Amino acid sequence: MNIFADSAGPLLEALGTTVMMAVIAGVAAIVLGTVVTAARISPIPVLRGLAFAYVQFFVNVPLLVLLILAVFALPDAGLLLPLTPTAIIVLALYEAAYVAEAIRSGVNTVGTGQIEASRALGFTLVQSLRLVVVPQALRAAVQPIGNVMIALTMNTALAAAVGVVELTSEANKLNLVEAQPILIFTVAGLIYMALALVIGLAAGRIEKRVAIKR
Amino acid sequence: MSTSTHEAPVSLYDEPGPRTRRAIRLWSVVAVVVVVAVIVLALLQFASKGQLDADRWTPFLSAGIWQYLLVGLWGTIQAAALVAVLGGAFGLLLALGRLSRNPVIHGVSVAYIEIARTIPVLLLIYLMLFGLPQLGLNFPLLWKLVIPLTIANAAAFAEIIRAGILGLPAGQSEAAVSLGLSRGQAMRLVVLPQALRFVTPSLVTQLVSLVKDTSLGYIVAFTELLYRGQVLAAYNHFLIPTFVVVTLIYLVFNGALSTLASQLRRRPGKRSLAEPSNGAAPIVGVPVTDTRADNTPVGNTPAGNPKE
Repeated sequence: MNIFADSAGPLLEALGTTVMMAVIAGVAAIVLGTVVTAARISPIPVLRGLAFAYVQFFVNVPLLVLLILAVFALPDAGLLLPLTPTAIIVLALYEAAYVAEAIRSGVNTVGTGQIEASRALGFTLVQSLRLVVVPQALRAAVQPIGNVMIALTMNTALAAAVGVVELTSEANKLNLVEAQPILIFTVAGLIYMALALVIGLAAGRIEKRVAIKR
Repeated sequence: MSTSTHEAPVSLYDEPGPRTRRAIRLWSVVAVVVVVAVIVLALLQFASKGQLDADRWTPFLSAGIWQYLLVGLWGTIQAAALVAVLGGAFGLLLALGRLSRNPVIHGVSVAYIEIARTIPVLLLIYLMLFGLPQLGLNFPLLWKLVIPLTIANAAAFAEIIRAGILGLPAGQSEAAVSLGLSRGQAMRLVVLPQALRFVTPSLVTQLVSLVKDTSLGYIVAFTELLYRGQVLAAYNHFLIPTFVVVTLIYLVFNGALSTLASQLRRRPGKRSLAEPSNGAAPIVGVPVTDTRADNTPVGNTPAGNPKE
């Protein structure tokens, strides 16, 4: 266990980077995903088409390809940002597509009869979305969004492949010095599991509080 | 990609009247203007750095480069097919293990699935690359990619298959048992065939996520599409054109798989099972919840049977 005592500083800093990336990208992905869903269920065909294209693009292209494109290729076109923010932006754009799918699945759980009823009561579209559909959809989407957030946290590891010094790359660096791959990577894996557990428990608690019993 | 996938969620609003139609037209024009402006700005930026020069893109019209990249795509397909077969078989065992009445088998399966779901695949690959050689195990490149992906994807397949089994009405296995079949026979002859057909769309969607995962071959230097793109870009120095072409190949290949998955979801005769138990009909197209590139289970694909 000595090897961890000696390198506790850099490891903690790398863990901080991982958590920071996950939190910022996670919040951004939820905001952006909500906007995409709004476009997806809007009465404006152009917006629906754009939202559909957005989701299809990010669901079908590997994250690593996008990271490499953004970090190594886009600077050729003069689009150059610091490394970590670039990785966070790509992660947020990528996971927003999955958040949008999660919220849309939440919208699907709202009964047609409820929307018809709200229309029959004379609600406008915005009113029935705000008062009937969205509150129920978001509650139903808590667990799926939690799963997306866990996936996002694991996907921050891919930033290691483009040079961001986060938990996985720091573990890899430590291994190059200490040559104790099994021990080091197991500990790193346990840390990721702990992060996923925290997100899962948080999602579970939120869901319990807001769940609708049907 | 089929156009009907983004059809209007009709039940959300009435047939628009003249005033709403005018508003929709106005907002459509605004949206188109904004999108075109963004594209034009991006193209101007690219052009100002000479990224749109013809000599950067014309090489991609030659058969040689395509041949080179398609060899990579073939590697991607090989790795993905291996992971699909191995991960699918392993996932089926895990799903049955998780449903087993034997507490040891059940516990091991649950533990495996939970652990495999929450460890980054990249970490597994590093462990594979650096850990196993220390134990005297050195696999060929293909397997350094396939084994970690199989470990991760088996958990995802297991959760999909389990969801399918739990989504089947209990009467099916009860009837099978009352006809004199053993529990194993009932599972093999009655439950599994139906459950697997029921979750076929989700299995195809998982295939998309698995094809995306094979891009990690970039790290183990296995000859798949992204790795070939990287080598090509290092050779011709046309980074943007090369990676844009690689992106498009992934988009077309996986887009075809995604379209297949959503068409399977829409297939008539599958509805009765897919309907949520509370009788709420889906509003927007099809319930797509499991298209993510990770190992999270399909939370709400089947009828949400709470028994475990």
